[in-house]
Amino acid sequence: MDLNYKATELSLALPGTDDSPELNTTTTSTPIKTNKRGSPEMGPSAAGESKSAPRAKAQVVGWPPVRSYRRNALQGKKVEPEMGSGMFVKVSMDGAPYLRKIDLKVYKSYGELMKSLEGMFACIIGLYNEKEGYNGSKHAATYEDKDGDWMLVGDVPWEMFVTSCKRLRIMKGCEARGLEL
Amino acid sequence: MGFPEEVLEHVFSFITSHTDRNVVSLVCKSWYEIERWCRRRIFVGNCYAVSPAMMIRRFPEVRSVELKGKPHFADFNLVPDGWGGYFYPWICEMARAYPWLEEIKLKRMVVTDDNLELISKSFKNFKVLVLSSCEGFSTHGLAAIAANCRNLRELDLRESEVEDLSGHWLSHFPDSCTSLQSLNMSCLSSEVSFSALQRLIARSPNLKTLRLNRAVPLEKLSTLLRRAPQLVELGTGAYSAEIRPDVYANLTEAFSRCKEVKGLSGFWDVLPSYLPAIYSVCSRLTSLNLSYATIQSPDVTKIITQCPNLQSLSVLDYIEDTGLNALSLSCKDLRELRVFPSDPFVANANVSLTEQGLVAVSEGCSKLQSVLYFCRQMSNSALTTIAKNRPNLTCFRLCILEPRAPDYLTFEPLDVGFGAIVEHCKQLQRLSLSGLLTDRVFEYIGKWAKKLEMLSIAFAGDSDLGLHHVLSGCDSLRKLEIRDCPFGDKALLANVSKLETMRSLWMSSCSVSLGACKRLSQKMPRLNVEVIDEQGDLDSRPDNCHVEKLYIYRTVAGPRFDMPSFIRTMDQNPTYRS
Repeated sequence: MDLNYKATELSLALPGTDDSPELNTTTTSTPIKTNKRGSPEMGPSAAGESKSAPRAKAQVVGWPPVRSYRRNALQGKKVEPEMGSGMFVKVSMDGAPYLRKIDLKVYKSYGELMKSLEGMFACIIGLYNEKEGYNGSKHAATYEDKDGDWMLVGDVPWEMFVTSCKRLRIMKGCEARGLEL
Repeated sequence: MGFPEEVLEHVFSFITSHTDRNVVSLVCKSWYEIERWCRRRIFVGNCYAVSPAMMIRRFPEVRSVELKGKPHFADFNLVPDGWGGYFYPWICEMARAYPWLEEIKLKRMVVTDDNLELISKSFKNFKVLVLSSCEGFSTHGLAAIAANCRNLRELDLRESEVEDLSGHWLSHFPDSCTSLQSLNMSCLSSEVSFSALQRLIARSPNLKTLRLNRAVPLEKLSTLLRRAPQLVELGTGAYSAEIRPDVYANLTEAFSRCKEVKGLSGFWDVLPSYLPAIYSVCSRLTSLNLSYATIQSPDVTKIITQCPNLQSLSVLDYIEDTGLNALSLSCKDLRELRVFPSDPFVANANVSLTEQGLVAVSEGCSKLQSVLYFCRQMSNSALTTIAKNRPNLTCFRLCILEPRAPDYLTFEPLDVGFGAIVEHCKQLQRLSLSGLLTDRVFEYIGKWAKKLEMLSIAFAGDSDLGLHHVLSGCDSLRKLEIRDCPFGDKALLANVSKLETMRSLWMSSCSVSLGACKRLSQKMPRLNVEVIDEQGDLDSRPDNCHVEKLYIYRTVAGPRFDMPSFIRTMDQNPTYRS
């Protein structure tokens, strides 16, 4: 019976002298590609919020290690009624210390929505249009749709927007330019 | 050694730590004998390491038993249902052997209503029941405890999963029961009878700890507080109500009377307008748990800046870096910080909490020893700064939400950063790793982490060398839990004797073969090598297939027989011993 001693040996020789192919002891091993990697022109410091297309993660069992009673306790807070009693979505603005919530059902058009947001965050948000692009305003409104993609506010008909918008984010105008492409 | 027994017994009575008592018992035969007759408290870290009969045979006069069952990763649903950890065999034997038992403390065990009823009827002087992260029982079992334990001092159900049939159990405490000092029912969802609760509190003059459940309404909290101004630890119920000046005034006044309160928790569903009601107790607070409070940074900050004596804080990441900065300036006595994620499954940060918050706290809070931190980005430089700021850390658990996330500034692995942690924090006992890590981090851990007792690894490493560094280098290692790492047979089989010096090893979604499990088991008869594989048919699998999950622990009780079909203890057949 072959007890395969070789398989039980662990050689502690210098890295590279062991014949097992899976040993990777180089210190500058390239990081495994994750969706945290930004596009080259953004530079290393851009990792984080300004990534292209942030999306919801596929859930791995038991990760992150948060106990279910904790998750459930917070889950309860997030269940928002979508029919009848309102369609509340979170609104964040880059640089603001906390988020707001608005009821999309209250508005009839993009114009009304923008006015309300401008009042809430005391900023000027422009509406993008094909001819003028961003009309020089400092901020742009974007939203996350049902697929988890980040879209520029204003492209689709209002009714379609209301049903597909999950949350809003007011970005700095320069960053929003990437979404135009 | 010429002292009479009584003198030695008296001396031993001052030795309370379990490790010290174990050492005492090894001095000589007569000390072993004296010690075992006067040992009153037993701690069994793994309920399968020893049998109840063995415990009772050696220690006949025990008053307090503490047991732990399932592996820690059971908290994150990695241990399948039916795994084990049954309290049943223990209570059966203890009910007969320890009529004077006063305390039972269980963690991650399966306890049934029958077990609870047996406890309530077997021990005339029963005082303390702590069920931490347990399951398998309902409120019927609690009713039996309430009804029958005449001298109950403590009932603590922390984080247990209870089948909540009704709140009626609380009404089973008889009017004659006035001994209650501690009640933690925060994990229950049903509403208990408020008048029964009120009367129970009113007739318990020694009640020091009261943790209510979410269903106790805020409007009624002041009524309870007024009857228990001696409380030291309070857990509120839901912390919101219709905004009414009289409710607010009553609450504020009730809190101001609680001169002994040092710890606050609860705070589900917080309505910020009601927060100022607690301000009068803030200056005395040493412990604050706001980890269910979905309040934003300014509200959190407003509270903590009024708590200069705070030693332990649990919060959600809504606190953000600004709040943590304020914490670092206001709470100079802070020992423990835990920051939980508000939205763990969303890829992008919804709050501005980064590594900077933790760096700030490490700078400002010189007594900080214990950290649990969930965040979305980390850098080697931040980790190195934290390590140099706080060499007194004893527990460092970092969870970067994205598996294998690199240093967000340099895109390199976080080996160097965690290396700095283990190098500088020489008293580190517990470490949880995350982010992108190669075998190099394990080299550092094996080299520096000599006091490390518990290590948690996920999505890390490149090869068996990583695991080998840990097993061969960490002299104090007791518990090792690993998931989703490319560790296989070599490291395990090269460190078999190490495994007997540890309490347990958990490995799931790694590269350990069935054959290696068998070989390990054959080499080490005092280990139980349990393979968990829910795909079924372990008998017909080839030796080179990888096992799903593996749990190895030392034991003097031999293989267990209470396992479901998908768990198998590897055979210790001596014919094949090499």
